[in-house]
Amino acid sequence: MLSRTFRGLLLFALLVSLLPSRSFAQENPYIVAYDHYMEEPGSLEVEYFSTFSTQRAGNDFHAFWTEFEYGATAWWTTEFYLDAQSTFRDSTLFTGFRWENRFRPLKHEHFINPVIYVEYEHINGADKILKEIEGHDGEADNADSNALARQEHKNELEFKLLLSSTYKGWNIVENTLAAKNLSNQPWEFGYAVGASRPLRRKATPKRCNLCAENFIVGAEMYGGLGDRHSFGLKDTSHYLAPVAAWNLPSGWTLRISPGFGLNDNSHGFLLRWGLAREFSGFGDLIGHLFGGRQ
Amino acid sequence: MRISSKTGLIAICAWALFLGDSMGYAQRGSSNDAQTAAKTTKEKISAGSELDKAPGKARARRNPLERDPDAVVTGKKLFGMHCAECHGESAQGTRRAPNLRDSEVQEAPPGAIFWVLTNGIVWHGMPVWSKLPEPQRWQLVSYIKSLGSNSQDSARH
Repeated sequence: MLSRTFRGLLLFALLVSLLPSRSFAQENPYIVAYDHYMEEPGSLEVEYFSTFSTQRAGNDFHAFWTEFEYGATAWWTTEFYLDAQSTFRDSTLFTGFRWENRFRPLKHEHFINPVIYVEYEHINGADKILKEIEGHDGEADNADSNALARQEHKNELEFKLLLSSTYKGWNIVENTLAAKNLSNQPWEFGYAVGASRPLRRKATPKRCNLCAENFIVGAEMYGGLGDRHSFGLKDTSHYLAPVAAWNLPSGWTLRISPGFGLNDNSHGFLLRWGLAREFSGFGDLIGHLFGGRQ
Repeated sequence: MRISSKTGLIAICAWALFLGDSMGYAQRGSSNDAQTAAKTTKEKISAGSELDKAPGKARARRNPLERDPDAVVTGKKLFGMHCAECHGESAQGTRRAPNLRDSEVQEAPPGAIFWVLTNGIVWHGMPVWSKLPEPQRWQLVSYIKSLGSNSQDSARH
């Protein structure tokens, strides 16, 4: 059963999504990989994502998470995640939270643009959102029952170097990650790469939902790279996933990504989708509540 | 061991307080007086000084869409979607971002405006807009240049 906290946050997300917005999101379609673009300062993006996965030697599952992404400045974006999952013929449970921060160190655009990513995770072993694949993560890790898996408790720090380039409409990203479970586990490593492009680069004069420039398509690939004791591809899992995003003028973004496991350690199939809405001026609104207009 | 709802609640409250405080901090010192606010913005960031930083090669670039009859109208649409929140519906400026009808913007070469759009003014709050494909950034330049110096909005008629 979902905790009261998580249900409260879902209700909050629903209420926020009903607020008017005049902002238009221009989001890339990646679900795992990151580009170098920050959230616009003062804007809040509320996102819901789902991952449905097949599971050999266990029950299929549907993992889902809600993100609250806020542009603190033009060079700093902070995000709060709430994770949950539902395993078929088992149970549904809240699996933890994450706090992510992305920092842009360079002032101007370059051919390759770096972003520093720092995340703290407080999750349990039943977390299955597969937001990143690290170390020797594999399908077998998700085969245990929820009652057993939730016994494991993880406090993890995660660092990523996000590199991203934009050239002639193409966005190309390369992410590397290093994660450390704070309970005396070795450093684990992983990667994500991706490329995407809008279907049309030039905008059309009329406001429209189905214009080609509102659709961005591409592909991403991600996987683990072992840990400090056994770095490399041995006993790791990898995925290849086409990705697509539909950015609506009303501020909504819909993403979809069917992912395919590339080796025996991977889940055979992952179907991911997400819905996001951006609210510009959220910072001003909340700032007033904290005494901005004195 | 289960993640207690108490721990989760504490984390959520901490994040909310942290954000609220940072936003409140950002807002403190702002004024209801639009003129004072505009002056504050102008003191904080001068559009002209940022345009002056554009390298010579970037300044010399010509707008490939300057003869495109749809560029201004499309640029106006894009401006409403991406820029009006900070620069105002008519690009008149707000306490967050400068007036784009100022002569220093209107007299700047299109290439310099394109350069600022592409690179943003990250340390002063303007995001990078290279995520918009290049033709869309030129459509925005066409619209901004069509505004004229503190005069009528030609795209509006």
